Amino acid sequence: MTAPLSSRATRLGKLIATAVDRLPLSTQIRRGVVDHPVPNSFERWGRLVGSLAAFLLAVMIATGVILAMHYTPHVDHAFDSVERIMRDVSSGWMVRYVHKNGASLFFAVAYIHLFRCLYLRSYRPPRERMWRLGVCLLLLMTATAFMGYVLPWGQMSLWGATVITSAFSAVPVVGERIVAFLWGGYAIGTPTLNRFFVLHFLLPFAIFGVTVAHLGRRRLIKDLFALGIFLAAGCVLVFWFPDHLGHPDNYVPADPAVTPPHLMPEWYFLPLYAVLRAVPDKLVGVVAMAAALLVLFAVPRLDRSSAHGGRPRPWFAVAFWLFALDCILLGYIGAKPAEGVWMIAARLATAYYFLHFLLVLPVLTHVEPAARGRLPGLAATGLKALTVLAAVLAVASPFGGGETLRAQDWSWRGPFGGYDPAQLQRGHQVYSQSCAACHGMKRVRFRELAALGYGEAEIAAFAAARFVTDGPDDEGEMFERPGLPSDAFPSPFPNDRAAMAANGGAKPPDLSLLAKASAGGADYVVAILNGYGEPPPGTEMPSNTYYNIAFPGHAIAMAPQIFDGGFEFADGAPNDAAAVARDIAAFLQWASEPELEARRAMGLRVAVFLLTLLVLMYALKRRDRAVTMPKRRVKT
Amino acid sequence: MSEHVETPPTRRDFLFGAVYAAGAGGVLASLLPLADTLAPAADTLALASIEVDLAPILEGQAITVMWQGKAVFVRHRTPAEIAAAREADVAKLRDPQTDADRVLRPEWLVAVGVCTHLGCVPLGQRSGQPRGDHGGWFCPCHGAHYDTSGRVRKGPAPANLAVPPYVFLDDTRIRIG
Repeated sequence: MTAPLSSRATRLGKLIATAVDRLPLSTQIRRGVVDHPVPNSFERWGRLVGSLAAFLLAVMIATGVILAMHYTPHVDHAFDSVERIMRDVSSGWMVRYVHKNGASLFFAVAYIHLFRCLYLRSYRPPRERMWRLGVCLLLLMTATAFMGYVLPWGQMSLWGATVITSAFSAVPVVGERIVAFLWGGYAIGTPTLNRFFVLHFLLPFAIFGVTVAHLGRRRLIKDLFALGIFLAAGCVLVFWFPDHLGHPDNYVPADPAVTPPHLMPEWYFLPLYAVLRAVPDKLVGVVAMAAALLVLFAVPRLDRSSAHGGRPRPWFAVAFWLFALDCILLGYIGAKPAEGVWMIAARLATAYYFLHFLLVLPVLTHVEPAARGRLPGLAATGLKALTVLAAVLAVASPFGGGETLRAQDWSWRGPFGGYDPAQLQRGHQVYSQSCAACHGMKRVRFRELAALGYGEAEIAAFAAARFVTDGPDDEGEMFERPGLPSDAFPSPFPNDRAAMAANGGAKPPDLSLLAKASAGGADYVVAILNGYGEPPPGTEMPSNTYYNIAFPGHAIAMAPQIFDGGFEFADGAPNDAAAVARDIAAFLQWASEPELEARRAMGLRVAVFLLTLLVLMYALKRRDRAVTMPKRRVKT
Repeated sequence: MSEHVETPPTRRDFLFGAVYAAGAGGVLASLLPLADTLAPAADTLALASIEVDLAPILEGQAITVMWQGKAVFVRHRTPAEIAAAREADVAKLRDPQTDADRVLRPEWLVAVGVCTHLGCVPLGQRSGQPRGDHGGWFCPCHGAHYDTSGRVRKGPAPANLAVPPYVFLDDTRIRIG
């Protein structure tokens, strides 16, 4: 079946293959390419997640080191420096999105690994030490991810950090002092940000060290084909849904005076967050949250049954899938408001979480061998299906999307969609003629308008039409000058106080990131602009506000701005209020995600590459697997 | 390791080679964006040009302005300095350039104040500072001498002080960049 071919290609192929075979780890590489069958079940995938986690750690360290070179850990500059990475640093958006989504994938892989070990009872002697090292890794990852989430300094960063560090104030007597010590001040500020940055940089090296001990003498490179499939999934996340797993509020710069209404952590902490909120007592709640993690250390002592694996114990399987379902439920509850039926559910789910470890596992140790039969098997299968379904539903539902908005048919919808330059130009025209009277866009520079199809002279004219403050001059005075292409769209107000004073106390928000920072994005912008109407009878409107169905709270300080025929477009496009609202929304979408088209184009290239590589590897696997391979010891 | 036996290449070898080559290419290609981030960013490249008001600079005086993070010397040359710069024998210079090629208007010399040797800022801007053997600038780090046209005349520097792109907006204002 391996007929000799005398073409140049095969000889070159052999040359490369021989060269690689002389590298260190060559056997591992060769076996990694062909040695495993194509993974086709959860069980087989499960065996690989350990090495996937090691791979992700390397990716996180590589991208993290690069990001650290561009990041500024100061409350006045942190958010801006992250946005600079997204907009100005070449390929910066890619590095940041890989790092951001890499954290999610890292936790996904770690959790699958954790649950697989719980299922197979890999904590039984003689592997208790390995298990406890793994729990240590989870704790280190938790600390690292928590501090990493603070660094972008958005609203969720600040308030997530506030809530979690404040948990230490539950400690009796010295609690407040501990919190002040953690913060290095009276509130979270630059000292906090700086130490979190350093620790976020440092801890991964501790994770690396523990990982080496945790891996032991096992093979590092397992199945490269499976790695390719995993990378393809990651590629879809990074290049097409980079913000799906994050909360839009974290694109609002941190404001120590305003807490976001629906505070929640990243998805991987939601179950713990639900446990914290389920308990009505502060100290007990904090202890429960910590205990939910620490109880994992005790699992080898709680489950002392000598039977191997989970499968010969049908009731154990039932208990396991119930527990997995409970964890997903806790995660779902963690993302819901802490009120009403959700609080009851949170308490039940929390109680069951601890019940599983403290009662079910020890009792099963004694009861298990007695009961056999069809019932537990069927129940386990049903629960397993239910768990997988719940997990899929939970992953598919986006964060923060409380109210459903009418989804518009945008040019960038669909995997290969891009912006419509004509629409963006109209949106820019409306912004300049109307919105710019109150709203600045400090992250969008006039030079970037080149992406809308404007020429250099047009851009220079747009910039020169606006005045920006510069200085100080030789006399030490600030002065106004016409804008340059390198200037950002200026705010009409000199500072936030002036903006508030001129607008009845409500500061017109900067529009640079508005679309990205709103659940619903451009759909939300359209809904707001078209959402004005008469308040329902009996509604008391606060002074200087207008009724708007789409605005949270329905009382918006901005007067209706868009009317039929209010603007004339050079391209003769429709100028009714609905069409104009869409044009503005598209322009704001572009302003908040200027990298979208480049991102998708890059994603396409990566996908084609991965597909090619996978096809090649698949061909090798299908061909003569194990012809020259030493037989793999079968081990489960 | 077993002894390697020479066998004719097979399709299997080709597939292995292709997988390895593609894999190595993928690893390299994914390192490129990481390296790419270290290049000057878009906002740095688009850094605004600066305008300099020449009116307050009297004959014989010089000012230092900052442009793209570097010192730029603007010198209002005296007739004697202009004459000295014009008289130099261009053929004997290390970096041959006529004075006329280095200025837009003879009385104004604009040059990047960074020694072409190893990047120090030469002395000679303020009165009382050493100006070297040719009345221009003297770099204290390793002893380079520049003349009144900013050309290197002595010392280890390999090239003349660079002239940045600039235009005269009117008689008393220039824009650098």
